[in-house]
Amino acid sequence: MNVMTRLEKQVDTNAIKMECRDCQVYYGQTHAIKDVNVDIEDKTVTAFIGPSGCGKSTFLRCLNRMNDTIDIARVEGSFKLDGEDIYDKRVDPVQLRAKVGMVFQKPNPFPKSIYDNVAYGPKIHGMAKNKAELDEIVEKALRRGAIWEEVKDRLDAPGTGLSGGQQQRLCIARAVATEPEVLLMDEPCSALDPIATAQVEELIDELRQRYSVVIVTHSMQQAARVSQKTAFFHLGNLVEFGETGQIFTNPEDPRTESYITGRIG
Amino acid sequence: MSDASLPNGSLPSGGANPQSVSLTEPDARTKKRNAAEKRFRAYGIAAIGAGLFFLVVLLFAIVSNGMGAFQQTFINVPVYLDPAKLDKKGERNIDDIKKVSTFGYNPLIQKAVFDAVQEAGIETPLEKTKDMKALISASAAAQIRDMVIENPDLIGETIDVRILAASRVDGYLKGRVKREDVARDKNIDAEHLDLVDGLQQAGVVEKTFNLDFILGADASESRAEQAGIGVAMIGSFFMMMVVLFLALPIGVAASIYLEEFAPKNRITDLIEVNISNLAAVPSIVFGILGLAVFIQFVHLPQSAPLVGGLVLTLMTLPTIIISTRASLKAVPPSIRDAALGVGASKMQSVFHHVLPLAAPGILTGTIIGLAQALGETAPLLLIGMVGYIATNAPDGIASGLLDPNSAMPAQIYEWAKRADPAYYERAWGGIIILLVFLVSMNTLAVLLRRRFERRW
Repeated sequence: MNVMTRLEKQVDTNAIKMECRDCQVYYGQTHAIKDVNVDIEDKTVTAFIGPSGCGKSTFLRCLNRMNDTIDIARVEGSFKLDGEDIYDKRVDPVQLRAKVGMVFQKPNPFPKSIYDNVAYGPKIHGMAKNKAELDEIVEKALRRGAIWEEVKDRLDAPGTGLSGGQQQRLCIARAVATEPEVLLMDEPCSALDPIATAQVEELIDELRQRYSVVIVTHSMQQAARVSQKTAFFHLGNLVEFGETGQIFTNPEDPRTESYITGRIG
Repeated sequence: MSDASLPNGSLPSGGANPQSVSLTEPDARTKKRNAAEKRFRAYGIAAIGAGLFFLVVLLFAIVSNGMGAFQQTFINVPVYLDPAKLDKKGERNIDDIKKVSTFGYNPLIQKAVFDAVQEAGIETPLEKTKDMKALISASAAAQIRDMVIENPDLIGETIDVRILAASRVDGYLKGRVKREDVARDKNIDAEHLDLVDGLQQAGVVEKTFNLDFILGADASESRAEQAGIGVAMIGSFFMMMVVLFLALPIGVAASIYLEEFAPKNRITDLIEVNISNLAAVPSIVFGILGLAVFIQFVHLPQSAPLVGGLVLTLMTLPTIIISTRASLKAVPPSIRDAALGVGASKMQSVFHHVLPLAAPGILTGTIIGLAQALGETAPLLLIGMVGYIATNAPDGIASGLLDPNSAMPAQIYEWAKRADPAYYERAWGGIIILLVFLVSMNTLAVLLRRRFERRW
């Protein structure tokens, strides 16, 4: 692929990939997300931090309409991907999710072979005309997931037999196999040990070259390490959103400061 | 729980010097707690022991009462097919031969047995050939008559046949009929029993394995020795096919819709509650429903396995739906999320990922439901699935769905109702066969579950 041109593009434009305005989420009577406005830039890692239950995962799930699967959840406001409203009636959430991939908190490979795990997305989206093309897509995705070297000799082994860190990288490979434009990660390292975490973080940094990455994390160090932009959520409100360096060194809001210094949360 | 809620003051550490308490000596509280724990374990073991005891008693009763049905007493004699009796005109005209009823054959068989007695040199006060009647099953004449009608050339020849002994003779050899009982029995006398002893020594009367009990058809009240469960087995088989082909797809489709697609609202809640209630409805209610709907309203034939299968389908559906929903629920939601996350549609996520993982549970539930249906009796009585079928599949097995038939449990019930104690033995024997089916179905369910169970 034309990696070079893409890299150049990244240098001069940090175009806005997703634009969220006046977002509200209700779970039944509970107002879980209140008036959130966030711009997610292309080829940037955006971190959502905040104490448990502050709504950061809920908001993340709005970005690819995973909240549709929860009956009592109601989403309001405007979410735009490349200028198109993703909650428009004409938008098929299935198509949206192919563009906005997701990696979950707990590694959740399908109880199938490593190959089938990665090949599933491309297969259902008809991305490969034949087996050779599919093989190529799988290899490319596994390489991008930084797990190819470890599993290339046992693609037929069950994905559930891998270690936790490998499983999570497999899930990332599975998510990138469908060539998404935005990759959502919901606490991808919370179930991993420090070494596996470091590998995944390294991987996130590489993924930034191609995708816009949004990561929810409990670890402020992780947010500081991997992200360029950080959003701090508290009790369903977006308290502060800005450059990661600025949020961590010179936060504007006293609540942000209390949180990153460990006084709330 | 109560330990934790006690006030602190009652703890020994509160008052006594804590350093004096040794860990090697349990204090009173610990002893009491350990004793309670031991007691509870003893209750558990006693409960399991009682359960096992009753199971052993039950199995012993079934096997000891029922094994006799798999053995039958036969008489092996050469029978002379006298042309003077069977074909008076001597023209071997099949119509003339058919005119001779089983009454014409009885003397020939009695003579054959009488000759066998003479040949064995048994002394007996029974001097007439007619006295042999008590030894021979009423089915013997029909058996030989059928042979003759099929092959009229046999007339005039002496053929070696194996005929059924009368049920009293059979009972005597199995220990069911005792010498002290026969004094009040009009069917057989003590002299006959002496004959049986002698004939058994001579090898004319023998007790062997009775395949006809497993494969044969039911017989009349007075011919217990001839009755078999084979026809009822065919009836049960057809019903199970109907249940499988209706209940499995309907049940699985309903469960998938309710579990994966249906919105959670009052209506689905109501449906859910009703399904659970249906599982607890007495089966006889389904029977009367089947009678009213399938027979009186739709006018399907009575006693037909199709109707029986439909009724049992109604009965099995809740079981299948409940177990299918339970196994769908057991699939971790992360698998659904994973599938949706890579852009699969709801249906793709269900059919590609959730259903394969739930399949072992669904399969097990279905087989257990089928086993339950196989043993069900009450609804079958109401729709007349107790047909008396004395011939094994007369129109061929293919017509079985709409032909009158019986079912295994209904057949067992019928036998248990009959007066002849020989039928009592056959009822137990039928239960053994039914249990063999149930146990093998349950084993199959366990094996399939083991085979297909996958980890995630």
